[in-house]
Amino acid sequence: MHFSGFRVIKEALTGHKGWKPLWRNPDPQPSYDYVIVGGGGHGLATAYYLARTFGQARIAVLEKGWLGQGNIGRNTTIIRSNYLLPGNEPFYEFSMKLWEGLEQEFNFNAMISQRGVLNLYHTDAQRDAFRRRGNAMLLAGADAELLDAAGVRAMAPFLNFDNARFPIKGGLLQRRGGTARHDGVAWGYARGADMRGVDLIQNCEVTGFRIEEGRILGVETTRGYIGARKVGVAVAGSTGRVMQMAGMRLPIESHVLQAFVTEGLKPVIPGVITFGAGHFYVSQSDKGGLVFGGDIDGYNSYAQRGNLPVIEDVAEGGMALMPMIGRARLLRSWGGIMDMSMDGSPIIDRTHVEGLYLNAGWCYGGFKATPASGYAFAHLLARDAPHETARGYRLDRFARGHVIDEKGVGAAPNLH
Amino acid sequence: MLIPHPLLGLRDAQEFTYLGDARLIERPDGMAEGAEAAFADYVYLRDNPAGVHRELWFHEQGDRSWLVVTRDTVTHEIIGAELARDVAMRGKGGAT
Ligand SMILES: Cc1cc2nc3c(=O)[nH]c(=O)nc-3n(C[C@H](O)[C@H](O)[C@H](O)COP(=O)(O)OP(=O)(O)OC[C@H]3O[C@@H](n4cnc5c(N)ncnc54)[C@H](O)[C@@H]3O)c2cc1C
Repeated sequence: MHFSGFRVIKEALTGHKGWKPLWRNPDPQPSYDYVIVGGGGHGLATAYYLARTFGQARIAVLEKGWLGQGNIGRNTTIIRSNYLLPGNEPFYEFSMKLWEGLEQEFNFNAMISQRGVLNLYHTDAQRDAFRRRGNAMLLAGADAELLDAAGVRAMAPFLNFDNARFPIKGGLLQRRGGTARHDGVAWGYARGADMRGVDLIQNCEVTGFRIEEGRILGVETTRGYIGARKVGVAVAGSTGRVMQMAGMRLPIESHVLQAFVTEGLKPVIPGVITFGAGHFYVSQSDKGGLVFGGDIDGYNSYAQRGNLPVIEDVAEGGMALMPMIGRARLLRSWGGIMDMSMDGSPIIDRTHVEGLYLNAGWCYGGFKATPASGYAFAHLLARDAPHETARGYRLDRFARGHVIDEKGVGAAPNLH
Repeated sequence: MLIPHPLLGLRDAQEFTYLGDARLIERPDGMAEGAEAAFADYVYLRDNPAGVHRELWFHEQGDRSWLVVTRDTVTHEIIGAELARDVAMRGKGGAT
């Protein structure tokens, strides 16, 4: 079923009777060439690119609940490629380029909206650091503009410019950044993978790995044993739990991150705006709700809910940045489990078990990475070699001292 | 969350900063054979369990003591807390 404007009109005229489910709901086969564990954004994108770009067959995605129940459906949907370090920026810019062609490519409306991401600065030192980051972005082929206070005022006159402690002095703007509909991204990849023969198997939790003589043979699941030549794990916040079954300890802690949405309002916020003097980021959804968030709660957690102190902290950040937000009523808040790595950067690599591969450590920034993560993981699975933009994301970089620490805070997952 | 401080009673977790797994108390011997690998493990690798977790909290806005708090990472229930000093002394086989 191909989606198009013509199709919408045809269905409208024929009582919408021709729409079909977006994917099949198959039972698992006894074995596959590739088994992807985790039906979140990254797992689905991996299966999609394995089938489409790398021409592989006999692929299954195993999801313990329903597709998109995890962080892919819980994030604040910000996409951007405004990183500093050479290990990161080319990867995120590759992801941005994939976002730009994605909807046409997989024929699904993911509401990708390049409405701009503006990082505010409040001191001269911060301006200099942002200028450096902007230059690093330009060197990697991304776009970046440094705005002064007047430039920011023209875009977002409602901000609290003359706050005595944190005056807004300008911002680093990436116009190609923006937002996407998170569920649409998961569904688009799922449908695209299904159309190319990938079995998407829901309610199928992986409960163990069958490993013999250091080689993967398959996975134990709640729907029986499934054999596999290669297994790729992309379970985000559950990484610790799952990889423990393969006997691995990882440079990862699981933490909870909360997000918030207000009632629907008339258009007021032009793009994504982030506060540089606290941790607060906000955008406005197409339905009008202000979508915002801040820091992780800061302690190990597998509960998909956080605590009140962080809600207070986020609300304070919002009030400091744009006092008018105090008039909006909060509709909902929720939490998701983050796979916080020891340097704040992800891992896309082989493991000590032959045929078992790992995609993890996305912290709270893995949504924007979904296309590149899927592409690079598929590349690794199909070719047994890292994608050129993901070469730094090795599991042994910690022991070797080649960490990719954007913030420079060291091995403290709750500070990244 | 309220942390049952062994000296001060129930205190709001907001008064504390969080460090992580209490195994950080067991720092490897830097002079021993294989210290480099032991330190890579110590600094970077974690058990990261879903369930009971023993972890270090620092009472920064209180008496500035380090505590070992036992907490369930799935429910956020706090099961107990002791002074990290006592835990460390016990680990070394000393009197507490
Ligand atoms: C509140 C919040 C806000 C965020 N905001 C942003 C943002 O603005 N921008 C950004 O770039 N990123 C953001 N992120 C981060 C981003 O959402 C994640 O990094 C990313 O979604 C993780 O990859 P995923 O989509 O594959 O994860 P998930 O969707 O969590 O997928 C993992 C899947 O694995 C499944 N699974 C787990 N265990 C098993 C098992 N044993 N067997 C089978 N399946 C299993 C889970 O059920 C889940 O569906 C945010 C996250 C949260 C929680």
